[in-house]
Amino acid sequence: MTPLAELVLLAIVFTDFAVLGTSRLSSCIRAIALQGLLLGSLPLLLHAELNPRLVVLAVSTVLIKGFALPASLRWAIREAAVRREVEPLIGYLASILLGAAALAVAFSVAGVLPLPSLPTDLLVPVSLVTVMIGLLVLITRAKALLQVVGYLMLENGIYLFGLTQAERAPFLVEVGVLLDVFAGVFIMGIVVFHINREFDSISADRLRELRD
Amino acid sequence: MGVPPVSAWLALGVLLFAAPLVPGVAARTKAIFAGRRGAPVWQLYADLWKLAQRGIVYSTAITWVFRLAPVALVATTITAAALLPLDGHGGLIAFSGDAVAFVCLLALGRFALVLAALDTGSSFEGMGASRDATFATLIEPGLFIALAALAIAADSYSLTSMLGARSAAGTADAPALVLIAASIFALMLAECARVPVDDPATHLELTMVHEVMILDHSGPDLAMVLYAQALKLATFAAIILGVLLPPRSSGGWVAPFALLASLVFIGVAVGIVESVMARLRLPRVPLFIAAGGSVALFGLILVLR
Repeated sequence: MTPLAELVLLAIVFTDFAVLGTSRLSSCIRAIALQGLLLGSLPLLLHAELNPRLVVLAVSTVLIKGFALPASLRWAIREAAVRREVEPLIGYLASILLGAAALAVAFSVAGVLPLPSLPTDLLVPVSLVTVMIGLLVLITRAKALLQVVGYLMLENGIYLFGLTQAERAPFLVEVGVLLDVFAGVFIMGIVVFHINREFDSISADRLRELRD
Repeated sequence: MGVPPVSAWLALGVLLFAAPLVPGVAARTKAIFAGRRGAPVWQLYADLWKLAQRGIVYSTAITWVFRLAPVALVATTITAAALLPLDGHGGLIAFSGDAVAFVCLLALGRFALVLAALDTGSSFEGMGASRDATFATLIEPGLFIALAALAIAADSYSLTSMLGARSAAGTADAPALVLIAASIFALMLAECARVPVDDPATHLELTMVHEVMILDHSGPDLAMVLYAQALKLATFAAIILGVLLPPRSSGGWVAPFALLASLVFIGVAVGIVESVMARLRLPRVPLFIAAGGSVALFGLILVLR
């Protein structure tokens, strides 16, 4: 089971880089949807014995992160009629290089962390790199919609880290986090829509004009 | 080091002879994707034969640099190919650190071609040369990272052990090797002036890169440049074969067939890439190359783990 899980983890890193490297909002959303699907398959691949808890976790992750959240983001794009380009604050090349640096840091840090036995030693570095690239997207992309994507990646990284403790972490906590994220992204989608209607733009740069 | 076995000479001969097949297969794949029948896969052999019989026209502006370039290009590319362990046992030339020599030989050939393009005195060719050199400076670090990752995986600085007789302990690095092969494929597309970076079929002035540089070459000179370009593709195909399926246990007589299969495979892969994606805008090309290099870096990190 583990080699397949390792391949899925590598694919998750590629979706991280896809978000950093693409210039189209819809491609970013497609990448984050793919990442959600991959994440959903991981609990089943990592643990040899299938218990109903893991199956419910996997199915709900796939449904929420793979379908529901991307659908609401697409809805926001369509309703807000935003321009389809990413318009990053730093160039794509610099983003990719920073991502590669994050990758190196994640792998060097993950080796030092004192963690109990893990299903595969790729899990922690991949979760760290996903968190860091999520932060990078949050910082360097001006569009509010992409900040939602960055927030989602951040959460995906935390979810991955939670998988290291999937046997111990209570199921309710996982589902609660999923629900929180779902509600959060839903609200953000609506907020993005309203920002756009007020300012004719969803660039977070304009938000400094919000004074009373 | 003893006398290289016959199989090494045989494998190199197969590579040198079959190299023009790769662009032919790529063009045929492209034609089939577009719903045409396309030129036969041995079209480049016919072109080379035709060009070899023609005379050469030299511009009055050129010096010996221009006359030397095609010969230097072919010579460096063949030498680079001889460094590879094509039969799975060892290259015809093998020493510790020959991976560096391999990249530098390719760079030397490119340097000769760039100089020749500048030697013509045409500003258009100078522009192509400048673009080509820019891309090369980005490709080279990526190639070095990929080769460094292979060197660490094989615990040796020689291409012979990096691509040939890898020990069974190396199988733990399988995900890393897949990444490195993917990265080398992307860098190959850039190095050999194939589609996302450069379009071998274009003759639109603004978009040409490699084609610009060879505008002034004619007759046998042009044949040599075209052959070297095909051989470079074939060399990279052999590297990708060595990374993914090192012909370790197959013995000397299966290796040439594996080599031929890899040439056809890479030709089809290049053709598919050219059919399904458009050429990137020039400012986006460095991003593509850097992404290829990052994949190699990822492989390196996985190997170091």
